[in-house]
Amino acid sequence: MIEPGVADYPLAETRPDQVRARSGKPMDAITLDAVLAGEISMEDLRIDSSALRQQAAIARAAGRATLARNFGRGADLVAVPNDVIMGIYDLLRPGRARSKDELLAAARTLRDDYGAATVAAFVEEAAEVYELRGLFRFRF
Amino acid sequence: MTTNRWGRFADWDARPLRLDKFAKEDPARGFAAMWSPSDPKPAIAVEGGHVAMMDGVQAADFDMIDRFIATYHLDPAVAPEAMAIPALDLARRLVDMTVPRAELVRLAHGLTPARLAEVVGHLNALEIAFAYSKMRARRTPGNQAHVTNAKDDPLQLAADAAIAVALGFDEIETTQRVARNAWSNALACAVGASVGRWGTLFQCSSEEAEELQIAMAGFTSYAETVSVYGSEGAFVDGDDTPWSKAFLAAAYASRGVKMRATSGAGAELLMGFHQAQSLLYLEARCLCLQRAMGVQGTQNGGIDGAPVTMSVPGGARELMAENLIAVWLDLECASGNDARPTESEIRVGAKIMPYLVAGSDLICSGMGSILKYDNSFNPSLINGEELEDYLVLQRDFEADGGLTPIGEDSASALRTRALDAISAVLEELDLAHPTPQMRASVAAASGSNDTDSFTPRDAGRISAAIRARGITVVDVVRALAARGYRAEAENLLAMVRLRLSGDYLQTSALVRNGRVLSAINDPNDYQGPGTGYRVGPERREEIAGIRDTLDEREVLRSQAIFRKAEARRAEYRALGRATPGEGPAEVVIGISPAFGVQLFKTLAGEGVSAMLRAVVEGVRAGGGAPRVVRMHHTADTSFLGLSAARMSGSGIGIGLQAKGTAVIHHADRQPHHNLELFSNAPITTLDHYRRLGANAAAYARGDEPEPVVVPTRGEALGARFHVEVALLYAIETGLCREGAEPEEIAVDFMGAA
Repeated sequence: MIEPGVADYPLAETRPDQVRARSGKPMDAITLDAVLAGEISMEDLRIDSSALRQQAAIARAAGRATLARNFGRGADLVAVPNDVIMGIYDLLRPGRARSKDELLAAARTLRDDYGAATVAAFVEEAAEVYELRGLFRFRF
Repeated sequence: MTTNRWGRFADWDARPLRLDKFAKEDPARGFAAMWSPSDPKPAIAVEGGHVAMMDGVQAADFDMIDRFIATYHLDPAVAPEAMAIPALDLARRLVDMTVPRAELVRLAHGLTPARLAEVVGHLNALEIAFAYSKMRARRTPGNQAHVTNAKDDPLQLAADAAIAVALGFDEIETTQRVARNAWSNALACAVGASVGRWGTLFQCSSEEAEELQIAMAGFTSYAETVSVYGSEGAFVDGDDTPWSKAFLAAAYASRGVKMRATSGAGAELLMGFHQAQSLLYLEARCLCLQRAMGVQGTQNGGIDGAPVTMSVPGGARELMAENLIAVWLDLECASGNDARPTESEIRVGAKIMPYLVAGSDLICSGMGSILKYDNSFNPSLINGEELEDYLVLQRDFEADGGLTPIGEDSASALRTRALDAISAVLEELDLAHPTPQMRASVAAASGSNDTDSFTPRDAGRISAAIRARGITVVDVVRALAARGYRAEAENLLAMVRLRLSGDYLQTSALVRNGRVLSAINDPNDYQGPGTGYRVGPERREEIAGIRDTLDEREVLRSQAIFRKAEARRAEYRALGRATPGEGPAEVVIGISPAFGVQLFKTLAGEGVSAMLRAVVEGVRAGGGAPRVVRMHHTADTSFLGLSAARMSGSGIGIGLQAKGTAVIHHADRQPHHNLELFSNAPITTLDHYRRLGANAAAYARGDEPEPVVVPTRGEALGARFHVEVALLYAIETGLCREGAEPEEIAVDFMGAA
C-alpha cells in the first residue's frame, strides 16, 4: 500500500473500505443491526496497528515527526494486552523498579513476546536515564 | 485602621476582588511570571548531529527533562539556524501576518525552552493574543465543558451532558466526588452525550490506570489528565517521568483514544520544586517535553496553577504567553480558562476576552456547564451561573466561542429525553431503577441541591456493577436500542466506530456534523484580514440568537396591555388649537404626540395618566394653574418643555414624554438649558412628578425651589431600557408633523388618584 499523505485524510472518508478493526472486521460492518444481532464485540471496535501506521505517515507528511513517532509506538502496543501495558507503565513510574534489570526485562517482554521493538528500545532508554538520575530509589 | 481613612478603601475592601490574594514578586521563591534571574540564557551546541549543550547545560549534566527535550524535541538540523535568529526578530515574525505559520512551526523545532520563553516575552498582551490567533493549529475554534455534580448522580450527569452537547461543546469532561464512581459517571455521560447529535468527544478524568480501562471499555473517546512538569523534582513527586508519560501516550494511541497532556504555570511552584525559575520558563520546558513525547496536544494555561499565577504581576499575560508557546510548537491547545483564578467578575471577563476573540482549539478546558458547587474539578472561570454572559460576549464581539444559545423548550425536551434514555439503560442492564419522581426532580433542577435522586453511594453500587460485570459500550448501545432509543444507540455507536480509523488522533481533532475536523483538513490559514476563521452568516445567526430579545412588536404588545386600563383612568379631549395663556400662575404642561394615544405606560411602569395627574396635582399644590397642551411638532423633551413655556402665562412650562422623561423650562432659555430635568424615567416615581409640578409652580411665582433630584443607585439604565426607549421614541417621532400647532387638551381623570 502506498503511504497515505495529507490529502488522504480523514481515512474514514477517503478509504472507508480499507479501514478495518483489529479483529479484521471492516468499519462499515459496524452497524447497529450488527450490534443487535450480537455480531459486534469490543475487539471489533479496537483500532488496528495498520491504521496507526497510516496516521503516522499522515502526521509525518504534515510535518509532525514526534506525533508520528508516538503513533508508531502506539502501533507497537496494539498487540500488547491491557494488563501488560498497565504493568509496564507502572514499572516506568519513579521508584517502582528497584533496578535497571527490571526495566530491561520488561523491554525484553515487549520485544520478544509482542514484537514491540520500538517501545522496547524506548523502555531501555528509560532504564539508562533512570540509572543516571537515581530514580531506582525508595519512594513508598 | 485609622479613623481618618478614606472611606473608598473600605468600599474596595468589601468588593469580591479583595478576596483574591496577591503575591509580591519574588523570583527566588518562584513568584515571577515571565522572567527570573535564575532562568538560563538561551543557547545550543550541536555536535555530530546531537545536542551537546542546551540552555547552558552540558549533555552530561542533563536532567531527565533536558534529556528528553534534547533527544526528541530539538531537531539538530534546524536548531543552529533557528537559534541564530535574534529573539526580537522571531517575536516580530510571530505577529507578522505575512510570515506563514508553517515557517514559524518549522523554526520552533530548533528552539530551546529558554529561547521560546525569551521570544514570547517580547510580546505585549495584545500581540500575544494576535500571535495566538495566527498560530493555533486548527482554523475552527471549539470549546470544552465540565459535566459533573456533587452527588455523582447518573441521572443528572446524563441530562447535563445532553445540555452541554446542545450548547455546542466539542468535548465534555467528567470526574467524580468519590473515586470509585468513575464507571457510573462514564456510562451516564456517554448516554447523555448521545442525545440530540453525535460527535461530542468525552473523557472521564480518574486515576491513570482506571481512566485507560474505561476508555478501553468504549465509554470515553479522549483523555487529557496526563500531567507533565517543568522540573525533575515536581515530575517525580507527580509520580511519573517523561518516559512513563510518553509510554502512556502511546498506550492511548494503541487503543484509538485521543489524548493530550496537561501542564500549566504554577504547578512546580505549588509542588515546591520551582528552581527559582520563572513560571514561563518552566512551562516552556513542559511544552517542549510534550511535543517531544509526541502527544498531539496540551491542556495548558495555568490549569490548577492559574490562581497562583494570577497572583503575581503579569500573571494573566504569562498564561497567554504559555498558550502561545504551545501552539507555536504545533500542539493542539485546550487553553485553560478553567480553574477559577479570581472572585472578581471583571477579572473573569478580562481573562476570557483575548481567547474569545483570538479563538482557540478548546477555549476553555473546560467551562463549567454546571453550577459552581456541582463542579467536581472546582469552579471554572465561567460556570453554569455565568454561561449566558459568555453567550452574550460571543454576540457582542461576533466572535465564535464555540457555543450556541438554546431555548427553554428545547432544553427541557433534551433533559427529559436524556433522563428517559439513561433510565432505560440503567433498568435494561439491571444497574438501578430510577423512579419517575427522581427523573422529574432532575429534569427541573438547575443543580444537585434541588434534586431528589441517586446519592454517591448509589453511584458507587452502579459503578461497581459496571466494572464487575464487564459492561462495555456495546452493552449500552444494545440496551438503548432494545428500549427504543435507536437514535441514541446509533449516535453512541458512531462515536466508538470513529476509533477504527484513528482520524481523531491527529492534532486538534474534533467532530463536527459527523466529520472529523483537525489541523490536517482544517488548518489555520490566517494571513491577515479575509483569511483564517471567519464567522459566516449562518454561524452569526446562531451566535446572535440569544433568548428574550426585544423588538417593536414586543414593546407595542406591552404598551397595549396598558391601553384598556388607561382608558378607564383618563380621557383626553382635544379642544383645538392652543393659544398663549396669560395668568402669572399658569404652568403649561406639554405632552408628547403619542401620550395616551399610542403609548400608555412609562418606563417606570406607571400609566401615563398617573404621571400626568401627579404633575397636574403638584402644580396645583404649589399654587399654580396647570394647563395641558399636546405638541404635534416635536417629541423632544427640551422642545416640549420650551414650547410649553412659550405658551405659558408665567413663562414656565413642563415637557412630558409618554415614556416619563420630564423637564421644567422657561420661555427665555436655550432649548437644552432647562431649569430641571428628569432624565432617568425608569426610576422616577409619581412623588417625583408631583414635586416637579410643585417646583414649576414655585418658579412661576419667582421662587427659588430646591430642585428635585431623582436618586440613582448607579443602575445601568441604558442597558436596561435603551432598547425600549429607542422603540418607544420612534413611535413618538413618527407622529410628529412639521409645523403642526399645539393642541389644547382637557384631561378628565377618573377614579381616585
